[in-house]
Amino acid sequence: MASAQEGTFWLPPAKSTVAGDVDGLYDFILWLNIIFFVAITAATIYFVVKYRRKSNDQLARSQVGHNTLLEATWTFVPLVLCLVLFVWGFRIFLDLTVAPEGSYQVQVTGEKWKWTFTHPDGTVRVNELHAPAGQPVKLIMSSRDVLHSFFVPDFRIKQDVVPNRYSTVWFEAPEPGDSQIFCTEYCGTGHSGMLAMVHVLSPEEWTKGDWRKVELPEGKSMAEWGGDLYKKYTCNTCHSIDGSRLVGPSFKGLFGREEKIQGGPSVVVDENYFRESVHDPQAKIVEGYAPAMPTFKGQIQDVELDALMAFVKSLK
Amino acid sequence: MQATTTTQALVDHADDPHEVDYIHAKKGLMSWLTTVDHKRIGVMYLMAVCAAFLFGGVLALLIRAELWGPGETLFGADTYNRVFTLHGLVMVFLFIVPGIPAAFGNFVLPLMLGAKDVAFPRLNLASWYIYMIGTVMALWSVIAGGVDTGWTFYTPYSTGVSGSVVMMTMSAFVLGFSSIFTGMNFIVTVHKMRAPGLTWDRLPLSVWAFYATAIIQVMATPVLAITLALLAMERALGVGIFDPALGGDPVLFQHFFWFYSHPAVYIMILPGMGVMSEFITTFSRKKIFGYRAIALSSLAIAIISFLVWGHHMFVSGQSVYAGMVFSFLTFLVAIPSAIKVLNWTATLYHGSIKLDTPMIYALWFLILFTVGGLTGLFLGTLGTDVHLHDTYFVVAHFHYVMMGGTVMAFFGALHYWWPKMFGRMYNEKLARIAACFVFFGFNLTFFTQFILGSQGMPRRYYDYLPKFETLHKVSTSGTWFLGVGVLMMMYYFLKSLRSGEKAPANPWGARSLEWSIQSPPIEHNFHEIPTVVEGPYEYPQAVPAKAS
Repeated sequence: MASAQEGTFWLPPAKSTVAGDVDGLYDFILWLNIIFFVAITAATIYFVVKYRRKSNDQLARSQVGHNTLLEATWTFVPLVLCLVLFVWGFRIFLDLTVAPEGSYQVQVTGEKWKWTFTHPDGTVRVNELHAPAGQPVKLIMSSRDVLHSFFVPDFRIKQDVVPNRYSTVWFEAPEPGDSQIFCTEYCGTGHSGMLAMVHVLSPEEWTKGDWRKVELPEGKSMAEWGGDLYKKYTCNTCHSIDGSRLVGPSFKGLFGREEKIQGGPSVVVDENYFRESVHDPQAKIVEGYAPAMPTFKGQIQDVELDALMAFVKSLK
Repeated sequence: MQATTTTQALVDHADDPHEVDYIHAKKGLMSWLTTVDHKRIGVMYLMAVCAAFLFGGVLALLIRAELWGPGETLFGADTYNRVFTLHGLVMVFLFIVPGIPAAFGNFVLPLMLGAKDVAFPRLNLASWYIYMIGTVMALWSVIAGGVDTGWTFYTPYSTGVSGSVVMMTMSAFVLGFSSIFTGMNFIVTVHKMRAPGLTWDRLPLSVWAFYATAIIQVMATPVLAITLALLAMERALGVGIFDPALGGDPVLFQHFFWFYSHPAVYIMILPGMGVMSEFITTFSRKKIFGYRAIALSSLAIAIISFLVWGHHMFVSGQSVYAGMVFSFLTFLVAIPSAIKVLNWTATLYHGSIKLDTPMIYALWFLILFTVGGLTGLFLGTLGTDVHLHDTYFVVAHFHYVMMGGTVMAFFGALHYWWPKMFGRMYNEKLARIAACFVFFGFNLTFFTQFILGSQGMPRRYYDYLPKFETLHKVSTSGTWFLGVGVLMMMYYFLKSLRSGEKAPANPWGARSLEWSIQSPPIEHNFHEIPTVVEGPYEYPQAVPAKAS
């Protein structure tokens, strides 16, 4: 199966301390499912074959309509199994919900359509969550607009992100590695593009702190890096590079284009307009488009902005 | 013994010259549009819900076609969001809620009770008109901008987004009243219109199920109406109830919404469970196993279903303790469903089983609903639901219950009562082949989605990561088999109307009262009200029971 690269047939890789417990319960329920399904289906098929009507006037062999012992058994046994699942599931739920004391805390903001992570030292990253391995990390989350939901399949965690309210979720990843973050509460056009990554770093890398620096990756041109950033900052959910119309104007041939501004004169797109639109998107809205873009001020570094512009300029 | 009278009656009618039936009793379109005959209203409902099903089905094919590959395949993200929203709304409000009760319930409930009509025939016709008005409003809102909120209308997305959300919610509001009218009618009919001797423990189990459904319809639907009215007020007048920008609470909307919509899934499944008991007994010529347990489990479901809504909200930010209570209550509601499944299986024991098409659909129901119910355990369990919530796993679970359960029961009912409704048989061989296409296509489509969801594929995604592509392709190809099955069904049913063999009064040898009269029935159902002296599943047995 293409979808089961490292994990099992059913589940993705288990990369958090709670994932193993969740998977144990998942497997238990899966076996319950298989046993009951096979038993019921086998009984059905057996009866259908054994008691099939061989001639048109054949009647039922007997008319048993009731058996108290049997009925009590199949009420009681599932009830007990259900109670086991309830207690087991609740215990794991408590583990999933209650973050350990002394967790490393990160503020998370969800909005259409990006995730912003603010670290205690003021480092801000968009769509990239950096976390130390072997240390619990608590996320304090809120939304700027509609409901979103923070989901990391590899960690088996999920929590809705609600406006005007803080919700929390936590994880501890024992090993360094990367995991996918999804938005799982429907939030409109860019819902399926509201993706982010968790980068779990080894203690050495974490203390070294290179992840805080923003610089041109080795071996890449500014335009190439800009292409990566175009996806990383999820510009792609709203701005196409092939001229097609999405939520916002296309980036194709953007620089030098004359855009009509709502309630104002036209502007010719240059570096200053681009920068202003990233930092203060509502300032000059191109006519015919909704004022849908969130600000990236304080989230996108100047050098990244330069790279992004180099990329956009390369789109002829 | 009624057994003999009933059989006698059947023989009599089989020999009788065919009397003028309800279809031919009056002529012209107006005679249909102004009818108060429950049978005609049932047929009009049947046409409407079948049209809704086909429309919703085409939308489903479009959704899956778009998901054939990542990125844009057929249309853009906004169109996709509108299409899946519309698929949900059409299937839930226009097809599956009214489906079995309003179409088949209307037709057979009075017949099963030995009554000449429902208690309030005019109210019955009004419910059909209200349904049609709601349908027109829904279609109008599609033309006037469309809705992309998902069928759940979650706030604050639904309060802020452009499109005709108000019109669509008002449509669901209006449709709710048609549901309430049907429910009220059924409750009163079951209480007051039973034939002499038809005591509560002699009611066919579908009557019990229709009755339990009606209770939920009458009690839960007003909550939906209130919720949608509040939402419309917030959008239109800026009253702050759910939108935090106006001082409201978005999670409150979810509580209100699921307070209706969870009982509503039982509005959708209970009638299916009811008709299942008819198919299983008829085609195995067998008394139902555990009559009382099945009847009472319908009522238990109707009651407990009101107390489990919070299991849709385990990760919404509701308190941990609310999650605990809702998880516990959810497990309680699982038990009555399990009891029903085991009773149906046990009914087959010692039967005389014939696999006519309705029985094939009954077996599909039994198998698929079992999968749907068992996979619900993953979702009722808090620890595993956190991972699976809002993924394709939920989509698969829901479709196994709703399509594998209710739609299979709907198909079964269509084949079972078709001869009674229209007086003609259909091509049995084609029907069996179509049933196999449906089963195969369904499992291909939805079983893969259990795997997708467990792997972390979120629902309502227009685009997806490349690693999910293979399973998405498998799922999409399943829908084509389903489509072929449904097309075959349309073909042989239309052919049956034109040139089907004339149906006898009781083609399946069933025992409930609707089979004791000619097919199709006369306008007033019974020449004289029958007297009932035994239950609906009193089949004879072959040889005296063995010593055991």
